[in-house]
Formats: sequence, C-alpha cells, structure tokens
Amino acid sequence: MSVTGEKLQPTLFERGRPGRGGGKIPHPPKDALDRLPADARRETPPALPEMNEPDVVRHYVNLSQLNHAVDTGFYPLGSCTMKFNPKLNEWAARLPGFAELHPMAPDEVAQGTLQLLWELEAALAEISGMRAVSLQPAAGAQGEFTGILMIRAYHQARGESERTEVLVPDSSHGTNPATASMAGFTTITIPSADDGGVDVDAFEAALGPRTAAVMITNPSTLGLFERRIGDLLGRVHEAGALAYMDGANLNAILGRFKPGQAGFDVMHFNVHKTFSTPHGGGGPGAGPVGVGERLLPYLPTPRVLRLDDGTFRLERPDERTTSIGRLRSFAGNTGVLVRAYAYIRAHGAAGLCEVSEDAVLAANYLKSRLAGTFDLPYDRPCKHEFVASAASLKARTGVRTLDVAKRLIDYGFHPPTIYFPLIVDEGMLIEPTETESVETLDAFADALVEIAAEAERDPDMVKTAPHTAPVKRLDEATAARQPNLRWRPMAGAEMPCPD
Amino acid sequence: MPYGPHTPADRERMLTALGLESVDDLFADIPADLRATALDLPPPEPELELSARLRDMAGRNRTDLVSFLGAGVYRHWTPPAVDQLLLRGEWYTAYTPYQPEVSQGTLQSIYEYESLVGELVDMDVVSASHYDGATATAEAALMTCRATRRDRVLVSRGVHPHYRQTLRTYMGRGLELDEIPLVAEGDAAGTIDLAALERMLAETDRPVAGVIAANPDFLGLLEPMPRIAELTHAAGALFVAVVEPVSLAVLAPPGSYGADIAAGEGQPLGIAPQYGGPYLGILASTDALVRQIPGRLVGLTTDLDGKRAFVMTLRAREQDIRRDKAASNICTNQALLALAASIYLATIGPHGLRDVAATGAVRAAELEGALADIGVERVHPGPFLNEFAVRVPDARTIHRRLIERGFLAGLVLADAEPDDPTLADGLLLAATELTTPGDIARFVAAMHEVLSGRPPVGVETGAGAEEAAGAVGVSR
Amino acid sequence: MSAPTDLRYTRDHEWVRVDGDQATIGITQYAADQLGDIVFVELPDNGRDLEQSKPFGVVESVKAVSDLYAPLTGSVTETNGALTASPELVNSDPYGDGWMIKISVKDSAETDDLLDGAAYDDLVAAG
Repeated sequence: MSVTGEKLQPTLFERGRPGRGGGKIPHPPKDALDRLPADARRETPPALPEMNEPDVVRHYVNLSQLNHAVDTGFYPLGSCTMKFNPKLNEWAARLPGFAELHPMAPDEVAQGTLQLLWELEAALAEISGMRAVSLQPAAGAQGEFTGILMIRAYHQARGESERTEVLVPDSSHGTNPATASMAGFTTITIPSADDGGVDVDAFEAALGPRTAAVMITNPSTLGLFERRIGDLLGRVHEAGALAYMDGANLNAILGRFKPGQAGFDVMHFNVHKTFSTPHGGGGPGAGPVGVGERLLPYLPTPRVLRLDDGTFRLERPDERTTSIGRLRSFAGNTGVLVRAYAYIRAHGAAGLCEVSEDAVLAANYLKSRLAGTFDLPYDRPCKHEFVASAASLKARTGVRTLDVAKRLIDYGFHPPTIYFPLIVDEGMLIEPTETESVETLDAFADALVEIAAEAERDPDMVKTAPHTAPVKRLDEATAARQPNLRWRPMAGAEMPCPD
Repeated sequence: MPYGPHTPADRERMLTALGLESVDDLFADIPADLRATALDLPPPEPELELSARLRDMAGRNRTDLVSFLGAGVYRHWTPPAVDQLLLRGEWYTAYTPYQPEVSQGTLQSIYEYESLVGELVDMDVVSASHYDGATATAEAALMTCRATRRDRVLVSRGVHPHYRQTLRTYMGRGLELDEIPLVAEGDAAGTIDLAALERMLAETDRPVAGVIAANPDFLGLLEPMPRIAELTHAAGALFVAVVEPVSLAVLAPPGSYGADIAAGEGQPLGIAPQYGGPYLGILASTDALVRQIPGRLVGLTTDLDGKRAFVMTLRAREQDIRRDKAASNICTNQALLALAASIYLATIGPHGLRDVAATGAVRAAELEGALADIGVERVHPGPFLNEFAVRVPDARTIHRRLIERGFLAGLVLADAEPDDPTLADGLLLAATELTTPGDIARFVAAMHEVLSGRPPVGVETGAGAEEAAGAVGVSR
Repeated sequence: MSAPTDLRYTRDHEWVRVDGDQATIGITQYAADQLGDIVFVELPDNGRDLEQSKPFGVVESVKAVSDLYAPLTGSVTETNGALTASPELVNSDPYGDGWMIKISVKDSAETDDLLDGAAYDDLVAAG
C-alpha cells in the first residue's frame, strides 16, 4: 500500500462541538469593540468548528497518513523533481532571526536576510550563466510571467510593438501558453520532430517580425536535450526576438549547460524542483528569474543591492524606472529561498554537478529496465527523465496508462506523471531524481514489469485498480457537474460520515 | 553530495547495465561549444559548519526589537501545534494531489480550508489559494474584466501600495487601472472619496469592470464598504473587497455587504512574517463567478464504493488543460500555508479568533491614548481596528532613533506613500494580542524621550528596562 | 455507428439541423466520446451574432476543454437550458436532448460548405 493510513476522517465541522476548545487567548473586556460603529461590526460570529487541541492533533495526524509523500516513498513524477527535502533546510528557515523578520522592516535591521538573498542571486546567476537574478516571483509560473513581461518591455522600448507572437513547442508545459496569453501575446505552437526536438523547419517558418519570444524547455518535457539549441537560438536573435528558457528541468544539466552562456536571454528556476524546497502538497515554491544583458534594465523592483561598505539594501521604488514593477507584495518567498540557499551551499559546485550526473544516470538506468515491456518512443539517451508509453499494451490488452498508474498504487508507489507531454499517446513521464537508491529503482521497474504481465493475463483486475487504497476511482464527473466546494451542514449530512 | 545514496559501486552497476564507461557519455549530446564553464561557487559546507553560519546570518537580523509594525503583515501568537503538525513529512513533502487515491490528506485539508475561509468571508466559493494578497487582488481585478467584458478597474488608494503596484503590473496589457483618491481632510480623511468614485463610475464612455477597496484600509481605517458596493453595482461593475482574515472575526464580512469577490492576505492566520513569504493569497467569490476564479478548487465527491472523497475539480479551467485559454497561468497553490491557516483556525477556534481581534483593538486603543498623552496625535479621526497613523516631526529620524532604543515604530509612511503630502511625517502603528501594556508604556516613554530629548519623570526608558514604580528615568 | 444522415457537419465535429431559416446546433457523438464526461457547456446569450467557423462557446469535460465553432452565420434565438443542470445529455443524446443552440440562419447557402453524414463518417474513420 502506498499510504500508511486508512482511516478516513470526518471534516473539522463534523468533529466540532459548541463549547469545546479555545482557552488559548485571554478574553478582553466585553466593551472592547464598542468604539467601532455598530454597522461595521460582524453580527454573527463565523461558524468555525470548536475543537479541543487533542482532537485537532488527531485529525491532522490521521489525515496526514492518507498522503503519499517523498518522506514515505518513491515519487517518480516526471517534470516535478521529487527529490529529498533536507531537514536542515526546515531548521534554517525556522530560525527566529529569519522567520520573525517583518518584510517592511528597514534595511538596517534586515542585514542577515538581505545578505542571504544577495548571495543566492549570485549563486543562481553563476549556475545559469545569467547576468543577474530576481528572487521576487512566487512560483515558476510567476517567473514565466515575469520573464515574458520583461521581453514585452524590451520590445516596447525599442518601438517594436508589432511583435505580438510567442512560439511554444507542442510538448511545452501548459503554463507556457497560459503565461503568453496573460501577457497579451498570441501563442504559436511549433510541432516536435520525430527525434523529440523542435521541428526546425516549422520553427523557422513561424519565426519572423511578429515574434516577440520563443519559450523553450531544455532539456525538453520529454527529458531530451535540444541538440539544435545553438542553431535555434541563433535564428531567434536574427529574427529580432528573444529566447526564454523554462528552467523546470535544470536538475539534468547543473554544471553541464549554462543557459545564459548558450544564448538564452531569460529563464526561470523552480526552486521547489531543482533546489529541493518542499512541495508542501502543492505549494509554496518560488520562481526566481535570471536575465542576460538585454533584459537587465527590466528586472522587477526592488533588487537587492550591495554597497561598498559590504552592507545591503533594497532598491527604492523610484530608483530604476525601466523596471517592469512589482509582481507581488514584499521581497519574495524568502522562507522558501532560505531553504534553497542552504541546499546550494551544502552542495557546492561539486555536489551540484553530482546531482545532475546521478539524476541522469538513474533515469537512463530505469529506462533500460523498462525496455521491452513498455514502448520507449525516443531511441536516444535521456536526461533526468524519460517518457514511456502503454500504447502497445493498450492495443493488446485494453489496459491504459491510467490503469497502470492506479495499479502502481497497490504496489506502494506513487504513479508517474501521466498523459503529459500531450504529444505522446498513453504517455508516462518518469523522473527518479538523484536521491533514490538503486534498490528503489529496481523495485519500481520490477513492479511495472509485473503490472504489464498482469495486464496480459488479467486485464480487468488492472483496469479496476487500485484495490488497496483508502478511496478508489473517484467520481470526477459529478464533482465537476455539481461542485460541492464548501462544507455546508445540510449537504454534508447527506454524505455518510466516515466514523 | 550530502543526500545522495549512490556509492561508486552503485554507479558502476548502472553504467554497466547501460554498457557505458562514464556518465559523461550521457551528456555527449550537449554540443561541445555550448558546454558550461566550471561552476564557480563556494565549496560545499558540511551541515555542522553550514548550520553555524546560517545561525550567524539569522542573528544579524534585528528581530529582538519590540515591534509596532503591521502594514499588511501582522504578528500573532501561533499555538505550537500548528508548526509541529506542519513538520510531518506527509504534509510538507507531498506533491500536488493529482492522484486523489493517495492524497486524501491534502485534498481534505484544502476542502476544509475553503470551508473555513468561506465562513470567515461569508462567500460561496474560495479558491485553494493564490500566492499572496497582492496577486489574489490582481487576479480578482482580471476576473472582473473577464466577467463584465469591460477594460477598466478602479482601485482605492486605501489599498496596500504593494497591491496597487502589483495590479499595475498585471493589468499592463490594454487594461486600464485608475486610482480612486482618498478624502484629504475632515471626518472621512484617509478613507475612500465616495464623490470621486461616483464621478469615475459615471464616465459612460469608459465603463468600469470592477472597483477594489480594502477594509480596514492600508492606513488602518474602516471603509464604507456597503456604500461602495451599492455605487459599484449601480454602474454594472463588480465589487472586490480586500480584507484581513483575523479582523473578519469582528468586522462585517464581504459576503454581508455585497462583495462579488474577496481577496486578502492570509498571513495573519498563524504564518510567520519570514521577510515577505511564503504567504497565503485568499481569493473568494460568489457562485456566479465560480468558473472565472483562477487556481485550484477542491470539491467533495464519492468514490467507486460510495465512500466520501475529495478531489480537485473544475480542472478544465486550469493551465494544463486550457493552456493559452486558461484564466491564469497559476500552477501551484500555497497548500502548506493553507494547511497552517486551517490548523491555526481549528486550534484557536471562533471565540479565540474574536479574542485575538478584540485584544488587538484594545491594545491599539491603549497605544493611541498613551501617545496622545505625550502629544503624539493621530493623522486621521475615523474609526480603526488595530492600526492607525500618527504624526511626528521628522518621522524618519525618530524611527531610526527608536530602533537604537529597541523599538520598531511601525512604518515610515513617507517611504510607502511618497506622493501623499498628508502622510508626510506619518508613522503607521499596529498592535496585536502580542503587544503588552508594558511594551506600550516603554515605547511611549522612548518616543517621548526622542521627541523631547529627555524622559518624562516617573518612567524608565529603553526596551528591556524593568518597570520600577516611581523610579526616575535613566536615559541611555 | 454512423452519423445521422439528415444533419450536416463541420470538420470540428459540430452538427447542424437546418429547418428553413432556423437551425439547431450541437456536437457529434464522436466529439462527446472523445471529450469524456461532459461537465459544463458555455453557451452564448440570445441575440448574439455568430460567424461561420468562429468560436461561439466552450464545452468542458473532466479532463479536457474544447471550443465550439459555428457551422453557419446567424444569430442565437434559443439555448438549451437543460444543459445547465444536466450537461451529461450531450454524452447520452447528442443529436436530440443534448442540442446546444438554435439560430436564425443568415445565408442558407453556407450549408454547402458543410459535410453530409457519409463525408463526416469518412472524416472520423480517417482519424
């Protein structure tokens, strides 16, 4: 079984009872709010559950045990880089000096954090070969938005507002075209060639005076290094456009390829992927952006500046009028960035190079173990992840990738990423990362081989998997047709309470 | 490498299985002329040394100051249960719940978060969270444009300056953002200029999609939210209320005064300041706007066996499916912070939350009174909850001198709002349940000292000084 | 299963039933099958003008979303209110109760641009 717990829990609202809990805060005088106008005051208190602390603790401990997590088992999710989250980083982020610092405190009282941010910027710039870095964006998607906004500002400053198109490979992550749209651009989708790289002819045909930017993930979402990247980047710049690199797959190329050196103008980092900050069940992350010379003037404000006397300060709002402005409140997801900083400093150059080598080696090893069992559409060495397909299996047995994924749960593994990238039929994107042992890789491969065998001899059993999970094959259609997005006592009472 | 499992024997084994001599062979497809130069980074630090250096760095932040700084981020007492539960690896090392069978913990916790916040804001739909209050507000603005098919949004200057700057960035492309001025003087000084709002809404050649106002506003003042809602709806626009969640225990919630969308910062719900984040963007709307709301939504459903279960739903709105037609490119949510906020609310309880808000109000009133006693007056006369602005001559210098005496005297308003002459020499001060009467007394004494050059008779000055009844003060 | 012969089809898998200067529009069984369980249909308001081949709405399933393209130019006279509560009608009865909009047709000659049942079946078979 993939999760340790089985006990489904009632909701907090069902557990609460009037009069329970509380007592943490002394009561203020009854007339505390009399000075406020009556019509500004809340008439009825919010109907939040009243629970005592022991029940709250049991609730959340039991719920946690219904989750698969990196700390419980293997998580081969392609495109997500589910590596170990070092516990030192949790300790560091919780140091009161870091945790209690108010973001609008004056620079003079924030020197420790400002120094950390400045050093982290420098480290990321070095890793990526970029000129400068902004740590402000709250997530990778926001980093993308930042990068595309900077590109827009660049073209506007040069009077080239007819550049309204952004080229995006058909294998791209959905955030790429969504980002382009948010920034007011039209997305032109470029097909991939048979070898998994960008189709150069289609690329060239789409590139022109209306192109503002190209967004490329390298290695691609198929886990393949774009061999023609030098050529592609040359063409982009010749056409007067700029090149954005989606840095989601940086784990594959640390110390081997620096996007800035190769000619990319801007990229984002996913620190919750490459730099080990925890995923937290869906967030938080952070999405710093690195830029080359061309986009330097447009970085978000405020930047962290180092003075001659070795102290640090934040840029003042009016100090750099070319900036695209703010993407969010305050400096950034500093708590997340402290973790990324600790990770980078724990590894150093040698450690980071080893991270990529081991990640790439593990992915290729795992891929070799699956050859002959699943289709491997791309017959060349992969980087940190690879795509396999159940297309042939489906044709022979009717068992689909979705079914294989659900059956993996019975074997104690979290399924890999499925049906992404969209261009592979019945695709599974598998990324082991560098922190999994060979035994784990072998066990996972063994499970997949076994499931493929099960599909041949007992397809219905696989199609009705998982058999051992706390819940199975949820009714997603009803969830979308009649959304129940909020606990309301009447509606909830119709659904059986677990205990 | 500090965390990797592979021994040389392991690597050897994998290379042999691949028929390769060296791992370099796996990087042969990187063109030679594009290979990276060596990484120039400081050498790896073993945890023993790294931890000492990090502790040192953290120590160079002055978090020892007695703080009266709010301005959108508020210190509250968080029950230790919150962090201890958050440190369970099943919570913080889990991924996005795309496979619901193995993510019921995260999914249920998000549903509960949506429900808890739904109660606080009194609105139908709450998203699984956005990055922070500023981006939630920006997305709310874009929602109003999509829903009304109009291009213009009005935002009160009473909304946090960072939020307004973020709005400007998000609304750059062909959408108009206009600021509604604040009343400059009189009883309503520092709050939204309703007459100006009416004029702006009446410009029929530039119809308004949405109006955004905050309660309390950035200056701590209460805004006439029902009236703003009325004017907004009369013009066919949508009303976005920017709110602070702890205050909603005692202030009328957005659902009660006709807000179509509520946005705000969830940090005060048990999340540490951390110099800016990660925080919790609250975004809620009426049912009518459910398909416009960006980000994740978790809903209740049943599984194959009829058991209750939770699942991400209305997914077709999101970037991985809609791609270039998605409402937003958002991919993450602040799941772990939503969990922290939920545990905080469950542990503190509704009565506890009211006590937190009300105690802050009491302390703020005490602070106001004590400052008035030494001649430091408020800038604005209107009602406030737990934050207000005072005027002191040469506020920047006074602020710095108070830091030397161990106090963080709120925010120098001239730095945050340089274009508003009524705020020159203003300090924005906040109090919470963590502010003690002793803190207030010492702060006010220090303030008196720096303003007049000498301490008042009968009071000790400086942070950390023991209170000694009747003792003559000693200057630092 | 072949597509009804009394209807006309677009290459994007919409069908249209023309009745004088009125037409009823929906999506085909093939389209509904490809999308999976339909959860929501976003339709234009009455009175809205449609242009042939331009998008007029959206159909959402659990895992996918698709634009709806107008087979003919015209103006919307009625939308199928039943789809709000029961979007699954598009899956179960796409040519009947799962109809989406009715329009008044601007130029009935435009039907010549559309496929007949046999031609649509060929399109689907070709994959």
